[in-house]
Amino acid sequence: MSECTCHQNYKLDTLVPMVGVITDIRKETPDVKTFRVEAPEGGKLFEHMPGQCAMLCVPGVGEAMFSITSSPTNKLFQEFSIKKCGVLTDYLHDLQVGDEIMVRGPYGNNFPVDTELKGKNLLFVAGGIGLAPLRSVINYVLDNRDDYGTIDILYGSRSADDLVQLKEIQEVWMKARDTNVYLTIDRPQDGWDGHVGFVPSYLKELNMKTDKTVLVCGPPIMIKFVLGALTEMGFTKTQAYTTLELRMKCGVGKCGRCNIGSKYVCKDGPVFRCDEVDELPDEY
Amino acid sequence: MKKIKRENLKQLFDLISSGQRLYIPIKKAGQTNYGIYAADSRVDLDTLKTVKSSKEAFFPQSETLYTVTKENRKIKITQQELEGEDFVLFGVRGCDIKGAQVLDRVFLSSPVDSFYEARRNHGIIVALACSEPEESCFCTTFGVDPTEPEGDVTTWFKGEYLYWKANTEKGERLTALCSELLTDADEAAVEEEKESIKAILSRLPYADLSLESWHGDATNEKFGSELWKELYKPCLACGTCTFVCPTCQCYDLKDYDTGSGVQRYRCWDSCMYSDFTMMAHGNNRTSQMQRFRQRFMHKLVYFPANNDGMYSCVGCGRCVDKCPASTNIVKVIKAFSKEVNSK
Amino acid sequence: MQELISRLKELLESGSVQRVLGWKKGDFTFNPEPAYFNSAEELSEFVYDGFCGANLSKYMIKASNLEGVTAVLLKPCDTYSFNQLIKEHRVIREKAYIIGIGCKGKLSLDAIKAQGVKGITDIKGAEIDGDCNELKVETLYGEKTVSYKDSMLERCHVCKGKEHMIYDELMLESADTLDADRFTDVEIIENLTSEDKFTYFQRELSKCIRCNACRNVCPACSCRKCVFDSTKFDSEQKANVDPFHESMFHIIRAFHVAGRCTDCGECSRVCPQGIPLHLFNRKFIKDINEYYGVFQAGEDIGQTSPLTDYTLDDMEAEERR
Repeated sequence: MSECTCHQNYKLDTLVPMVGVITDIRKETPDVKTFRVEAPEGGKLFEHMPGQCAMLCVPGVGEAMFSITSSPTNKLFQEFSIKKCGVLTDYLHDLQVGDEIMVRGPYGNNFPVDTELKGKNLLFVAGGIGLAPLRSVINYVLDNRDDYGTIDILYGSRSADDLVQLKEIQEVWMKARDTNVYLTIDRPQDGWDGHVGFVPSYLKELNMKTDKTVLVCGPPIMIKFVLGALTEMGFTKTQAYTTLELRMKCGVGKCGRCNIGSKYVCKDGPVFRCDEVDELPDEY
Repeated sequence: MKKIKRENLKQLFDLISSGQRLYIPIKKAGQTNYGIYAADSRVDLDTLKTVKSSKEAFFPQSETLYTVTKENRKIKITQQELEGEDFVLFGVRGCDIKGAQVLDRVFLSSPVDSFYEARRNHGIIVALACSEPEESCFCTTFGVDPTEPEGDVTTWFKGEYLYWKANTEKGERLTALCSELLTDADEAAVEEEKESIKAILSRLPYADLSLESWHGDATNEKFGSELWKELYKPCLACGTCTFVCPTCQCYDLKDYDTGSGVQRYRCWDSCMYSDFTMMAHGNNRTSQMQRFRQRFMHKLVYFPANNDGMYSCVGCGRCVDKCPASTNIVKVIKAFSKEVNSK
Repeated sequence: MQELISRLKELLESGSVQRVLGWKKGDFTFNPEPAYFNSAEELSEFVYDGFCGANLSKYMIKASNLEGVTAVLLKPCDTYSFNQLIKEHRVIREKAYIIGIGCKGKLSLDAIKAQGVKGITDIKGAEIDGDCNELKVETLYGEKTVSYKDSMLERCHVCKGKEHMIYDELMLESADTLDADRFTDVEIIENLTSEDKFTYFQRELSKCIRCNACRNVCPACSCRKCVFDSTKFDSEQKANVDPFHESMFHIIRAFHVAGRCTDCGECSRVCPQGIPLHLFNRKFIKDINEYYGVFQAGEDIGQTSPLTDYTLDDMEAEERR
């Protein structure tokens, strides 16, 4: 047991959040907004790594885990892209610039950007709001461009209106060196002259070489089919990483909700290599 | 070794409680649970098992973590003060003490839960040996020694006396505080009592309960077993087993609007409840079979995998006594042993 | 008992039922559990005795969704619940083949322990074929004999009678167990001062651990989603934050089952803290009897319920006049 803490009353426990101010809100799609959060005195609330999450809480409404979509290389603020899909997110979508919320984190592990991914050719595969955690990695990698090989980004969504971060994709990612961006939407749409089709089938069409490490995030069903496609294309499970999402409350591997097998997704995850995911009991 | 006459125990409780809180089994409205001692409390050290375990002293069923007040768009967060005063937890049985050790693995591992830690540091445990183990007891299966439970002080009832042995510095301090009521005693009576308890332990109906089939990495084999589909059937999906359990640690974080602010409190939760894993876009355990399986897999497979083989069951038998549908961890353990033996 | 097992085998083997919903032997003689039996072989573990207190009507809500017919064993008092569930469209009559079984009173381990018996390893005398007068209790600390009557659940002392309200066939003998008036305890509380009533309920309800056993076992609590589980409202509670919460859950529940509660006594049987929850429901039943005429929920399917039926003789109508 560590030393008595009784004389440090008000020592902040990890379950107690910090106050954050919303300094910018961007409407990405009809149901996704990106919120910029800073400390009340300015600057970031905490440091994080790509793939990590934070709890956003609104007193009296609720608390939920969101991935941090901004890159750690951004020194000024943190961003969260949030899809409207429940009581808390409805509330968040009604907030205005200048409103305060509560934030605690960062929680969980991260994509191994400084270890296993270094020097590798990277392939990002994202669907819908699943781009949020990958965007943090992509911008981190672009800001440290020399540390990595080629970069391919495959991103799809239901329609052209549902692609998040489109401005950044077009103005930054598409213009980055040694970087290919492939966009696709599920169904044909007026004014869209890009690719039409589901992400997994586009992936097969692109017939990528297997010299890449893959980072996948999207709806569970998309992840499943992407992994199937990768296997068909000759990739191994150890070459792919994904990030899991389960109900979380504490964020520190204690409250029991996100427990699967001997892992706690909030603490041991959310990032798992796909062969590790295979070892978990089939309950996610 | 010290001792005190049974008839003087009230004086002892009055003395201890004069300077600090004393948590002790108290009989109220027909049931015995831990409560804060007051002069008119009906202390009940004869009931072997309190309905709720002693975990509540360190991990209360509900506790406020912080309070939020809002002024216009500004938020102010005030953390609840941590436990700052020593307290005594009296009459704790070996199983509940082991239960605290299991919870320590959860709450004191990084990041430490400071609310739990403060209570744990300030708690002084007076353990009580189990003179009369009951039919639902199987603590020895989980390595508990009910003849000499490890507390800051260990006590034994024998004849007219309560025997008292300090084990730690905290225990010595408490002994010094009570010195005017304690007299010197020799070990013989306690040794005799321990032998008598051991004789009963060997005759317990669950004395032979074996965990053999749960050793090692059994995750996927156990998870996929067809047995769960039968075992869960009587389960009513209530939370009785989880709430009387000394090791269940799942909790929820919720808000309570006081009118002048929002209190964020933590309360016990149960993996048996349908909304436990419910989130905005779905639920990864939709059937009671999955939830039932999770509880036992966690206790017997997942927890030991993360904690050097330590099971998250201490064999107190409360679930055996209290399950409204008479299903419990012993039946689960036995069903799997039977399956192994029949192979 | 043998005759019952033979009949169940016959039903299973003939294919007229797909499964039997009854009780399976526990690892002690006193902890049988509700269980499904899908074949004649599985019946080797079947048991029916004084410890089979569970009301299987509630399990029939789920069993109604299973394929084929389930033969369900219902004690006289359980049949009231089954009728009520039919009325509320929560079970399907055709999916059940009801074997009304006799009852000689159901036992409470707590009541046995309350007689100073500790470390029970075996109990004889609870067999349904026996005379159910005396229980021979083997314990770690010697043999004890206790009277069957003193060991019964509270509800059996105020038994509604040994007649089945609905059944397809009847089996096994019953024995009368009624020896107390159902409303005596309610009257005692009614006669307390408001202050004493409050103290009484505060003491009892402060023990509540919000395990939901009372709700989950209750045949009248059959909502698909309970308001206390719904994350959409403030009513979702998992712990009693203050004494108000302690009372609220139980009072709301009592109101919600008023007029539908058959007084099966399962809530009190399963409460891990021994709270006499049936008293709330009985107070409602007593009031309904006094205000609207004697009414027993679940007596028959066609009856109208006083709380959902308006007549010009109702007390409210009287008051308005």
